[in-house]
Amino acid sequence: MDKKKSKFGIREVVATGIGTALFVVLTEVQIPIGIPNTALQPRMAVLAFLSAVFGPLVGAIIGLLGHALGDALFYGSVWWSWVFPEAIVGIAIGACAKKLKVRAGGFGRKEAVLFNVVQIVSNAVAWILVAPVLDILVYAEPANKVFLQGVFAWLGNILIIAILGTLLLLAYSKIAGKSSSLEMED
Amino acid sequence: MAATRMLSYVEKDTFVHHLSGLTKLIFFLAWCITSAMTYDTRILLVMIAVSLVLFVISKTQWKQIAGVFKFILLMMIINVIAIFLLSPYQGCEIYHSKTVLAPFFAGHDITAEELFYLFNVVIKYFTVAPSIFIFLVTTNPSEFASSMNLIGVPYTVSYAISIALRYIPDVQDDYHRIKNAQEARGIEMNAANAKLSERIRRTSAIIFPLLFSTMEEIDVVSNAMELRGFGKKKKRTWYARKKLTKADYISIAATLAFMVFALWFTYRDGSRFYNPFA
Repeated sequence: MDKKKSKFGIREVVATGIGTALFVVLTEVQIPIGIPNTALQPRMAVLAFLSAVFGPLVGAIIGLLGHALGDALFYGSVWWSWVFPEAIVGIAIGACAKKLKVRAGGFGRKEAVLFNVVQIVSNAVAWILVAPVLDILVYAEPANKVFLQGVFAWLGNILIIAILGTLLLLAYSKIAGKSSSLEMED
Repeated sequence: MAATRMLSYVEKDTFVHHLSGLTKLIFFLAWCITSAMTYDTRILLVMIAVSLVLFVISKTQWKQIAGVFKFILLMMIINVIAIFLLSPYQGCEIYHSKTVLAPFFAGHDITAEELFYLFNVVIKYFTVAPSIFIFLVTTNPSEFASSMNLIGVPYTVSYAISIALRYIPDVQDDYHRIKNAQEARGIEMNAANAKLSERIRRTSAIIFPLLFSTMEEIDVVSNAMELRGFGKKKKRTWYARKKLTKADYISIAATLAFMVFALWFTYRDGSRFYNPFA
């Protein structure tokens, strides 16, 4: 197998496609938390999950394409300053896909800690730093408003990824590991 | 079935539908970039006018977009109120003047500059929305994927986009089926009085089966594609590819010419804002 193919092979193509579709559909699933205009987005947990399983390129494309398409299809507009940060989260989590060992069935406590550290940091970069700065540059919105929004988005995303994302990975890693490993007979 | 307010492609026999997906993609991107760069009220209004004309030409019906449009309006109202509450003098900073129209409450006087700024925020949003409506309701997804490949996106990525568009309705069906099944089992999804942890638990009753069936689907589809030898060659042909016609070239040229003009017009005095107060 040549190097390029192993990076974005058939499985990655399909995972990106169907993963994006899933991300887009889940746009309509929102868990309200009592603060107006802010809700937990389970689709973020799915993005984190797919990035952790299939790697950074798949994560980046699902983030970009899924957010842009989901916005366009459901809201009729694309808020570009919030599309690009999504890719940062996908890339960061995807970058440690090998260390997380989800497919191999090795996603345990140590991996869960790594996963959560990476997601908290990358979400902070994405929503507290990049998204508000892009908002100010592109849309000239007031700084205090966009940073406030950014902090809420960050809190919501790390919460849902920490709970739902971690559980999904633990559960999937158990199934994937079991079905693919043969045991040696005594 | 549950009402969805999603936009989708509808086949029609109009000038806009006959254009290549590539042309519409270029128009859409040019529109997004121009609208992101400029804050010139006159340019934004011209862009809205052009979009409305395209709406009429493409025979887009109000009911195709009504649901989404109302939702945007609601979002915009909330956004405008949030900006006003948090930053009532943003407009004054931008236009370097302050004309108080009416006192409101302490530190929140209504100024002409702020109203004009908020008006710009709203129309800026509405310049992009119609171009997305037109793009989504007039572009065939398969043809769109081949268009992406035409402008140099690797065909593996184009194919991923094609799969995404192809699978959205399928995944949506799965989602509704699982949701209905869980509700039949007594898990109420829309309970307003449930605790946050309870809400997350109920949502995961949908997400778990949905994600795992999706993972299986990924395995099945990638095995099928592997058997058919996908990805073996450097290039592939597209069933839905359209050749660019004269109308495409003219549309692309006109779009790019407008973009260049709009950016020149906006930045010629060194500021991206049109200032009627100066």
